Amino acid sequence: MENKITVENLDAWFGAKQVLHEISLGIEKNGITAIIGPSGCGKSTFIRCINRMHEVVPGAKAIGKVLVDDRDIYDRDIDPVDIRRRIGMVFQKPNPFPTMSIRDNVVAGLKLGGIKEKKTLDTVAEDSLKKAALWDEVKNDLNKSGASLSGGQQQRLCIARALAVEPEVILFDEPCSALDPISTSKIEDLMLELKEKYTLVIVTHNMQQAARVSDRTAFFLYGKLIESGETNQIFKKPKEKSTEDYIIGRFG
Amino acid sequence: MKWNKRKSIDRIMSFLTASCVVIAIIPLLSILYIVTINGISALNLDFLTQLPRPVGETGGGLGNAIQGTFIVVGIACLIGLPVGILAGIYISEYGENRFGRFVSFVADVLTGTPSIVAGIFGYTLIVLYFGSFSAIAGGVALSVLMIPVVTRTTEESLRLVPGSIKEASLALGIPKWKTTLYIVLSTARSGIITGALLSIARISGETAPLLFTSFGNMFWANGLDQPISTMPVQIYTYAITPFPDWHAKAWAGALVLIILILILNIGVRFVTKRKYGV
Repeated sequence: MENKITVENLDAWFGAKQVLHEISLGIEKNGITAIIGPSGCGKSTFIRCINRMHEVVPGAKAIGKVLVDDRDIYDRDIDPVDIRRRIGMVFQKPNPFPTMSIRDNVVAGLKLGGIKEKKTLDTVAEDSLKKAALWDEVKNDLNKSGASLSGGQQQRLCIARALAVEPEVILFDEPCSALDPISTSKIEDLMLELKEKYTLVIVTHNMQQAARVSDRTAFFLYGKLIESGETNQIFKKPKEKSTEDYIIGRFG
Repeated sequence: MKWNKRKSIDRIMSFLTASCVVIAIIPLLSILYIVTINGISALNLDFLTQLPRPVGETGGGLGNAIQGTFIVVGIACLIGLPVGILAGIYISEYGENRFGRFVSFVADVLTGTPSIVAGIFGYTLIVLYFGSFSAIAGGVALSVLMIPVVTRTTEESLRLVPGSIKEASLALGIPKWKTTLYIVLSTARSGIITGALLSIARISGETAPLLFTSFGNMFWANGLDQPISTMPVQIYTYAITPFPDWHAKAWAGALVLIILILILNIGVRFVTKRKYGV
């Protein structure tokens, strides 16, 4: 399958500390790519480089090529705002906007993008909530606060919010680490549905989760990409010793 | 026994904290009590709506001082709120540099400035330049006291907005300025309004900065470039005279000032009541 995103020789720093070393990795279109590795190995930094969220942190910088549809998003004339609109992100901790209703949370990206027409916004809100498998649970409470939902619902609200701006890629940064198993399985089912239309990348600490949902897996260690390939191959026949050690739980 | 010891320490500490609350409230309640007792007798509709009368004549009121206080505090707000809030936004959102830290430091120093210094500032800058005491000079002097308070509270409220909320907004492809204006500011709204309110309450009762800026007047306001009567200065003027009738008026004036500030507080609390508790 063709690659939606190709990363070439990506280095990233926080201040003087280099956290990513020459990462080169292809991310398949309409697939789920899992990024695994122990804490602090640069997984999150890596995906934050893909939608230019890394540079939001003061002192952080990234050098290298990230080609999305063969166009380098680190080109001088590219506006990071446009990139983030095309590449959505779901964070580790659900972070709905606390002062907004459920509906307004979903359409926040569109509203602040200048779309004011109520009917359009209502339609998008409904569609996005349906895609995020949350509609049936909140359809009567659209004007309630987003913060009034449970953790798992909040996370699906955040997914709906990301879907509403119609991105091409969605990055998940440990989306289930704050959720219980039932909410987790809902999010996983949702990801499997979403990959029909979107390209997904998930950072996870949970090996079973990576094995369950992903098509391809990349293993990071100390800021370096150790190994990547078909999820089956990585989990059953890893080529590198450290990958095997990590997967069977010898460290990390 | 260990358990008993723990329990008794718990009781003692609870008692200590509760008594400190009482100690903190005593001055407040006694001020309210004394001002009410002394002021209520001179308080009537005439007091709120009429001009002061000469010594010896009974009746009359502080209508012009109430009007003047609203005008001078209004001028101070027109200058102080926008400058203070925007400066706070700058320091919190764009001020991770030497200039930002410098502004923050200056705001801290200004917060501790004696209010009489603000009066001297208004006097030298406006009164000497235009050659007359004026409402504008009073407003400028009060805004000097207001700006650092508003700046710092705005900055603090904005810093309390979790980074994850800003990131959520940026990751949706919302530009930074819109994120600051529509997401961060609205999340910090009640904190900023509380800060603005506290600063208004503080300057409404300031006397020193007005003594030689807005000066005082026995008539209704007749232009922003003219001396203007204000409640605190009028209370001060009445209080230092030897006349019992004017003393009563000073007490009543103090009561009105306290009530106005109380109404302001309660009113703004009501207006900013959150649609969604956070």
